[in-house]
Amino acid sequence: MINVTIDGIKTSVPEGSTILKAAESIGVKIPTLCNHPDQAVKGNCRVCVCEVEGSRLLSAACVMPVWEGMAVKTRTPKVVEARKTILELILSNHPQDCLNCIRNQNCELQTLAEEYFIRDNPFSQKTRGMAKDYSTPALFRDPDKCILCRRCVEACSVVQSVNALGLDQRGHHAMVVPTMGWDLIDSPCVMCGQCIHACPVGAIGEVEEIDRLLAAIADPDTVVVTQIAPAVRVAIGEEVGLATGDMPMDVFAAGLRQIGFDYVLHTNFTADLTILEEGNELLKRLQEGGTLPMFTSCSPGWINFCETFYPDLLDNLSTCKSPQQMFGALAKTYWAEKSNIDPAKIYSVSIMPCTAKKYECSRPEMNDSGFRDVDLVLTTREIGRLFRMSGIDFDKLAGSHFDSWMGAYTGAAVIFGASGGVMEAALRTVYEVVTGQTLENVNFEVTRGIQGIKEAEVDLNGTVVKVAIANGLSNARQLMDEVRAGTSPYHFIEIMACPGGCIGGGGQPITKSNAKRVERINQIYVEDEACEIRKSHENPEVKAIYEEFLHEPLGHQSHHLLHTHYTAKNKKVL
Amino acid sequence: MSYKGIIARYAEVPGGIIEAFHAVEKEFSFLPEEAIAEAARVFKVPAAEAYGVASFYSMFSTETRGKNIIRLCESAPCHIAGAAEVVAALEKELGIRMGESTNDGLFALEFTECVGQCQATPVITINSKPYLDVTPDIIPNILAEYK
Repeated sequence: MINVTIDGIKTSVPEGSTILKAAESIGVKIPTLCNHPDQAVKGNCRVCVCEVEGSRLLSAACVMPVWEGMAVKTRTPKVVEARKTILELILSNHPQDCLNCIRNQNCELQTLAEEYFIRDNPFSQKTRGMAKDYSTPALFRDPDKCILCRRCVEACSVVQSVNALGLDQRGHHAMVVPTMGWDLIDSPCVMCGQCIHACPVGAIGEVEEIDRLLAAIADPDTVVVTQIAPAVRVAIGEEVGLATGDMPMDVFAAGLRQIGFDYVLHTNFTADLTILEEGNELLKRLQEGGTLPMFTSCSPGWINFCETFYPDLLDNLSTCKSPQQMFGALAKTYWAEKSNIDPAKIYSVSIMPCTAKKYECSRPEMNDSGFRDVDLVLTTREIGRLFRMSGIDFDKLAGSHFDSWMGAYTGAAVIFGASGGVMEAALRTVYEVVTGQTLENVNFEVTRGIQGIKEAEVDLNGTVVKVAIANGLSNARQLMDEVRAGTSPYHFIEIMACPGGCIGGGGQPITKSNAKRVERINQIYVEDEACEIRKSHENPEVKAIYEEFLHEPLGHQSHHLLHTHYTAKNKKVL
Repeated sequence: MSYKGIIARYAEVPGGIIEAFHAVEKEFSFLPEEAIAEAARVFKVPAAEAYGVASFYSMFSTETRGKNIIRLCESAPCHIAGAAEVVAALEKELGIRMGESTNDGLFALEFTECVGQCQATPVITINSKPYLDVTPDIIPNILAEYK
């Protein structure tokens, strides 16, 4: 241990600790911009500078390791003056349109400008005047706002191994750009949106489509139907001043009715349905010697990744559509018929933790209902904005039930929101289908948690099924390389594109660290435990749809409405 | 020689991407996108990273430019010795501004940092060959060598 003194407080920290870490351990807050708790040290913004006794120059706290007897001062007039100048310089070429910015009041630069009371900036204002990039249906880039911290580059390269973002030029001319300086759509971008969480400012965001929803609600001839993805509920509270997990599902539903949705249904219903289809698909592949390992297909960022980087493994993907798209195809067929509503009048809106879902719903093949299956995808953040705009007081709002036929769900659907959840839900059902015995303990703890790669073995009547789970695409890549090399020992692999699974999706409330993802994961299992029914095949509405409409898993109707195919992206460069 | 052949020659050189880029530039006088993409494949780095390398170094250009690259020193000793007049003369003679290339694809005009020949300023280089004590009136003769 190393003894240091920070602002007069003596402490001892492990060797190799930086000033920043040492200060954090005793509750001394040092401002940062380029620093990210889950990423490598960058040391490029310099806003964390401190005075070290005996040093002529200021030291950047995020990079400077402590030494025995080091004395640091973090709040001297010299330090404050330097930090103010650094902020003024950054702000001198950062657009001053905070009022119109997607990150207004949720921006690390804006917060520091407030904390350091930047008033009259002595440096003249000069932005680069670069064009915004709206080339993808999911993400936009506003490169003028970029402060060159490079956090998005690390999220895209190290965390996701997508490498759609890189640096162009250097020094004063440096810019973060998609591959070759092209538009984002031409890069290998999979639209997972992890760059949004990494960005301290508003240089990257989701393509906002709130106005399209408001127009549909305003039209008296349109029936606006919504579905809520499993991961949304645990995080939506964060958008309206509640703690993670603190918005009860029935209150959330009531809030959506306040906004003007005509029918509130649940993606959890089709999550349960996915288990029936995908579980049976797995059994069929095991019995008939189909392509193994089978990969889950719920995460559209992952689908994009597989289509981009592993087109040779598309046969391994489950043919099941994602729960969102299953819902879309059924809402305008089965549900419309049951509810006696003209499907042509239905405007199908899904509320997702995900940015890639915005792209997924626009895929040309997603029209098996005879219409566009899902008309609009709004992220958790966009719904948060709608709630704030509508001024709903969630403490006083009475809960509301979900509407019939596609609103019931089980704990198995709830856990789709976390890494390992699809696998656990599938095992709960597959076990009972294969063994014919009741699964007493439904908790497969080994599949849970934020760990990048997890593996398990399940004995199904003497057949040992090996499964693996990856979250974050660089972890997925490890498993895919094994499959490509023919060395993968697994039968079934669950992949979620985003770290921690959908709870850490690109459309979730801005997520500053993996610690927040862990908090949301824990809430997912609290919700699962609270569910009366925790196995997908026991969902009464799922039973009903098979009796009345689909008749059997993998049957003719399922094949038509619930299954799909994949195509290689053939990107120009990777 | 095609860019593919040029890049392949450096495939086994550790960190050979920079040498490969130099060799491509020698042939094409800039780095075409296809060459950057090919280098990314050969050296097993993401294209975004290969592009980052190509755009980082000022000797490389990712834009098309003239075959003969004229670089003029913009450091202080050349500046004092009258670099501005040399710039004006080059621009007039070639009919282009600094940073541009001639329509016939023969010449590109760029600034560079000090090339280490401060004993005989102003200095220009053409394809890395230095010309010392340059004055506006000798420029037509220098350029004639490359026409």
